[in-house]
Amino acid sequence: MRSVLPILTVVLAIIVLWYGATVALNAQWTRDQAARAGVEVGFSEIVRDTLAQTRPKLPAPHQVAAELYQSTWVEEVFGRRGIVATGTLSNRSLIYHGWVTLSATMLGFAFGTGLGILLAIGIVHSRAMDMSFMPWAIASQTVPILAIAPMVIVVLASIGIKGLIPKAIIAAYLSFFPVLVGMVKGFRAPDAMQLDLLRTYSASRARTFWQLRLPSSVPYLFASLKVGIAAALVGTIVGELPAGASAGLGARLLSGSYYGQTIQIWAALLAAATLAAGLVVIVGAIERVVLGRMGMRS
Amino acid sequence: MIWAWGSLAFWALATALNVWLARAHSRNRAVRLFIPALFGATLLLVWEGLVRSLGVSPVILPPPSMIGVRIAESLPILWADFSQTILKGALSGYLIGCGVAVAVAVLIDRSPFLQRGLLPVGNFVAALPIVGIAPILVMWFGFDWQSKAAVVVVMVFFPVLVNMVAGLKATDALQRDQMATWSASYWQGLFKLRMPAAMPFLFNGLKIATTLALIGAIVAEFFGSPTRGMGFRISTAVGQLDLPLVWAEIAVAAFAGSAFYGLVAVIEKGVTFWHPSQRGRA
Repeated sequence: MRSVLPILTVVLAIIVLWYGATVALNAQWTRDQAARAGVEVGFSEIVRDTLAQTRPKLPAPHQVAAELYQSTWVEEVFGRRGIVATGTLSNRSLIYHGWVTLSATMLGFAFGTGLGILLAIGIVHSRAMDMSFMPWAIASQTVPILAIAPMVIVVLASIGIKGLIPKAIIAAYLSFFPVLVGMVKGFRAPDAMQLDLLRTYSASRARTFWQLRLPSSVPYLFASLKVGIAAALVGTIVGELPAGASAGLGARLLSGSYYGQTIQIWAALLAAATLAAGLVVIVGAIERVVLGRMGMRS
Repeated sequence: MIWAWGSLAFWALATALNVWLARAHSRNRAVRLFIPALFGATLLLVWEGLVRSLGVSPVILPPPSMIGVRIAESLPILWADFSQTILKGALSGYLIGCGVAVAVAVLIDRSPFLQRGLLPVGNFVAALPIVGIAPILVMWFGFDWQSKAAVVVVMVFFPVLVNMVAGLKATDALQRDQMATWSASYWQGLFKLRMPAAMPFLFNGLKIATTLALIGAIVAEFFGSPTRGMGFRISTAVGQLDLPLVWAEIAVAAFAGSAFYGLVAVIEKGVTFWHPSQRGRA
């Protein structure tokens, strides 16, 4: 709790800077408009105008907040296509786009986590696999994987796979690596003494795995899940960027950038940030409960 | 079908060889390099074999040989894209972003208040989908490499900052007391003790940032770029279903990414030669 005040200070400073930057960046447009209309503008008019442009270079925080509110609550509750009027989510609301992104993220995250854990089990138990696969897994991360995202989407679309699956594949690819590395470390976390103890019990490899390696890997699992879920969200958003994707936060970013709707971009960005933060917080909450149950809370 | 069975047979043989090598000669240094190399070669061969024998259309997945030919054919294009995206966009952004991050880390290191406030925010931002700001920065800085560099600056800033701040705290009280008994000034303490001690942490951040830099530079090109650049080439070649060219770009990106990472790792080895993780790995 000691850090609440510093954090609030920093956040406040960011907002103040943001307002300052808004005025500075948008002032040129205001001056141009005024010059075209042949009127003089004073400082207070510039400030008032820069904070309320419809297509500003940098929208003010309150404009983004208003757009967020408009495209979530107002659109769904009062909109013609909102959930209240039609029973389905409106395709103009960020809730709908966020949901599309979230579902692909969760699917990909589940794939990626499963794959990562399975590979980690293989690597821990097979020396050949460790030596042949691990260098490539590490090398694969020095490759800008996100760059192939649009290709994966287009190629899969050309053989008839569309919608959720291609995005989920990219999300899975990005989230599998942190889980793999974390779990290899986690499965190897039991020290020699503990492994020796199980050997004196003449425990099989399977028993050793279930009763020693798996439980002791749980803290590592959650640490890597937090990284993995954030990576999965990034993967999904980038997967939505190539033309053709019509739904999702990434598509929203792209259409905003095509039509110069800066407020829409910022609102989508903020929605993505909230989503990322929410997912990490949820994983953190599950971690606390599970570790508490297992008696491992630090 | 010969290709399919041949490649699968090679796969089985190579795996058996790898298992045997890993069991019998895992101490040998050459074997340690040979095993992953054989695994990689096997992957390529199985890819080639399956694509050829199953008649997979090159529009879906071209065989590695075709990609190799395409790389050889289009070297000038690949070089132009490489210099646009990697040398101009990613590298300049990387240098600026990392430099600013280190400077900011040294500044906020003096104030515990700022640390308590900035670090949680930095950690939070590091988890965000920062690539999303690419369209905004492209709008601000135009289509050329400056906007790509700006995206890279923002992407690499927070991982480097968080690691550097952690690194500056890595000295223990005993070492700092030692400096105090020598009546070292703040700057002497910083340059002679705390900066060197922070290097392993810093390089950890710098290594993460290499990949982020390439991703940022390539993804930013999807939002608009001059008619060259790797991201531009990938997105247009996908549109023309020229998949061999796309794969050629990916191969270049993979090579550049690994080389960039390797370069930072080599520098790290030289700078942090004293650290336990670098010793005993002769």
